[in-house]
Amino acid sequence: MSVWASPRTGGLAALAAVIVLLPLFLPNNYYYDVAIHMGVNAIVVVGLNLLIGYAGQISLGHAGFFGLGAYSSGILTANYGWSPVLALIIGVLGVSVLAYLVARPILRLRGHYLAMATLGLGIIIAIVLNTEEGLTGGPDGMVVPPFSLFGWELYGERTWYWVVGALLVFAVWLALNIIDSPVGRAMRAVHGSEVAAQVAGVDTTHYKVMVFVMSAIFAAVMGSLTAHYAGFITPASASFLHSIEFVTMVVLGGMASVFGAVVGAVILTLLPQLLSGFEDYEMAVFGLILMLTMIFMPKGLVPTILARLRRRDS
Amino acid sequence: MSLLQVEGLSKTFGGVHAVEGLSYSVEPGKIHAIIGPNGAGKTTLFNLITGIYQPGSGHIYLKGQSITGLSPHALAQRGMSRTFQNLQIFFNMSAIENVMVGMHMHLDTRFLPALFRLPAAIRGERACRAAALELMEHTGIARYADTSADGLPYGILKRLEIARALAAKPSLLLLDEPAAGLNPSETAEIDSLIQQIAETGTTVVLVEHDMKLVMGISAHILVLDYGKKLAEGTPDEIRANPGVVAAYLGGEEKGPDEP
Amino acid sequence: MFGEFLQYLSTGITVGATYALVALGFAIIYNASHVINFAQGEFVMIGGMATVFLLAAGVPLPLAILLAVVGATAVGVLVARLAIEPAKDAAIVPLIIITIGASIFLRGVAQVIWGKEFHALPSFSGDVPIQLGGATILPQSLWVLGVTVAIVFALAYFFNRTIFGKAILGTAYNRLAAQLVGVNTRSVLRVSFGLSAMLGAVAGAIITPISFTSYDVGIMLGLKGFVAAVLGGLGSGLGAIIGGLILGLAESFTAGYLSSNYKDAVPFVLILLILFFRPNGLFGKRDTERV
Repeated sequence: MSVWASPRTGGLAALAAVIVLLPLFLPNNYYYDVAIHMGVNAIVVVGLNLLIGYAGQISLGHAGFFGLGAYSSGILTANYGWSPVLALIIGVLGVSVLAYLVARPILRLRGHYLAMATLGLGIIIAIVLNTEEGLTGGPDGMVVPPFSLFGWELYGERTWYWVVGALLVFAVWLALNIIDSPVGRAMRAVHGSEVAAQVAGVDTTHYKVMVFVMSAIFAAVMGSLTAHYAGFITPASASFLHSIEFVTMVVLGGMASVFGAVVGAVILTLLPQLLSGFEDYEMAVFGLILMLTMIFMPKGLVPTILARLRRRDS
Repeated sequence: MSLLQVEGLSKTFGGVHAVEGLSYSVEPGKIHAIIGPNGAGKTTLFNLITGIYQPGSGHIYLKGQSITGLSPHALAQRGMSRTFQNLQIFFNMSAIENVMVGMHMHLDTRFLPALFRLPAAIRGERACRAAALELMEHTGIARYADTSADGLPYGILKRLEIARALAAKPSLLLLDEPAAGLNPSETAEIDSLIQQIAETGTTVVLVEHDMKLVMGISAHILVLDYGKKLAEGTPDEIRANPGVVAAYLGGEEKGPDEP
Repeated sequence: MFGEFLQYLSTGITVGATYALVALGFAIIYNASHVINFAQGEFVMIGGMATVFLLAAGVPLPLAILLAVVGATAVGVLVARLAIEPAKDAAIVPLIIITIGASIFLRGVAQVIWGKEFHALPSFSGDVPIQLGGATILPQSLWVLGVTVAIVFALAYFFNRTIFGKAILGTAYNRLAAQLVGVNTRSVLRVSFGLSAMLGAVAGAIITPISFTSYDVGIMLGLKGFVAAVLGGLGSGLGAIIGGLILGLAESFTAGYLSSNYKDAVPFVLILLILFFRPNGLFGKRDTERV
């Protein structure tokens, strides 16, 4: 099978093409801003999908890692004058360590207990960010200086669009690589049958921890970059509702589908924009989408559509 | 030296003695069978040996070393593999991916080369896939390689699980009811597959209800009843054992109200 | 000093009683169906908010409470019928997401109907505080405690003495066996949701005079009620009550003696500790998996 014809390269090429061509359709900076948020959410959700869709775990607190990434960068650059690159690296490293430490005890749990534990973690992070006003500025948030790389400042929607776009293609590439590898298959085996995976010699705890930390890193990196892009962060970035938004994107777009995750992020980032004028109904619509998707399309949009297409061919 | 040795093994579930004071050994290179009426404790014994249950008391030795209480994952590394009575197929993957997971211990599982799709990782993937395909050919299911496991018929899935277990290159293979739910021709295929496996030097222990299969291929049979050893020996010895006959058919020892 | 202690104690027990009622709601639904209803908090919110608006529309308080509770019960049954039943064979993760979706939906609808402001209810028997050993106790607290105790007894009677209650418990132990003896397991699901909604709504109505209500009180209340249920052991009625009280007291004493800012973190720190060290809670049962 030619390496260029495989679905993974085709998909990556299509994604890259969309990212490159999209600016032709974006009339002003506001649209670029929406596109950037789509990209940010997509990257976070690609990571979260590895955890939920492929490895079969659940996290209702992932926005906590996003928020920690945002605030570690914010605090280190705004309060201590660190260089944004260093702050990003140290911040993400810190989040990885935290994720690693909590992963082992938390991932021993299953189902509701796992959901509750991740939820608890996320809420504790949000409360700390809200309460430690001296450090974080409290509920009113804090200002974050722009991102600069060796003296060159990253500023403006158009620049950030290309940065986020490139990162998205990179993130999708990384995810696809992992999935089709012994590491990825071991992770998916944990979801398929944890006992059979163990019998095959897979250290299931190790892989659960690995995918948990990996998805936390995706979230933290994007949290940090979003902080610099927006120039401002609030504890809402770590909130329970934000975590649920991420989960909804995974669920809607497709469990165990990298491109599904991207689609889910795009649709749900776009939704509030489409509902402008109907903001009041946004929450109700959100809840409705969650319920209806899980009841009627439990595998998510992209896998369900792909399966329908395949069935029509056979 | 026995390959596997069980001494005084006991396991209780809330008052029920699933396995009681069982001692048993498995010689290398032969096909062993464990039989007994429903509820005799066969699958419990399997689960104890393969680390899924912790024994209440007793010891288990593999190649002379104690493996009592080790996890399934540790046991896999010592050369033990098994299939399951209720299929534990990875339905979220294709058939060949199932077998490729079986090879996990023999693969390069480093994270970074996989993450960045380094040439070594690509080569490894290709080799892994080729080896898995070969294994599937041996078990007669190669044409289902890229089919999603959740679309495969039951008989194929039974063989897939065996292929996956073989992919680990075990020295001891435990098969939990490999012929359950199969029709006679499928059972005959499993029969010859098991014999082929034993010929390669892998020691096989199977739990089975199909007496024709068991008597036909086993060198040694252990009979369990109510969690205890009822008899053990060659097929001929077991066939002639009156206690065994009584346990299966219900003899004078049992009252009319007992199952 | 002692007065302070009594004050925190009484606050803790009052809040704890509310958590206990929410936790009982979780326990009932979990027992009937192994579903964790993340929308439980929303039933509390509906109880409080509906009462407020009915009262504002001129309905006398007792009737307003009654109508609100009936309304919430109906909503509970609808959630069971429309959201849970269609997905009854789904795995745990999808079910969790469905109930979270239901909770967000109910919150969203509440926001549309009732807006985002905070609302209060008048205390049932006046605001004159009672002095007890240096502590100031609100009469409403006594209502909360009294109603909670009454409900607990009523539930105990229902589950242990009535056929329907026993049918629900039986379904929890063995769904198939229950069906085989003629229990309509679908009704059991709806009744358990309705009952939990009723409990939640009552809790909402009696606590609103003390702690106000708004469209999103349900989130924290639901989560804390769940923590209380897990603390006591998921599925155990007694556990739910004790878990609720422990949680209420832990929060109150933390706020009083340590830091009131971190009061809301207490349930989640507790849940992490419990899940790490004693996942089955204080009174829960162990699950074994058959392979």
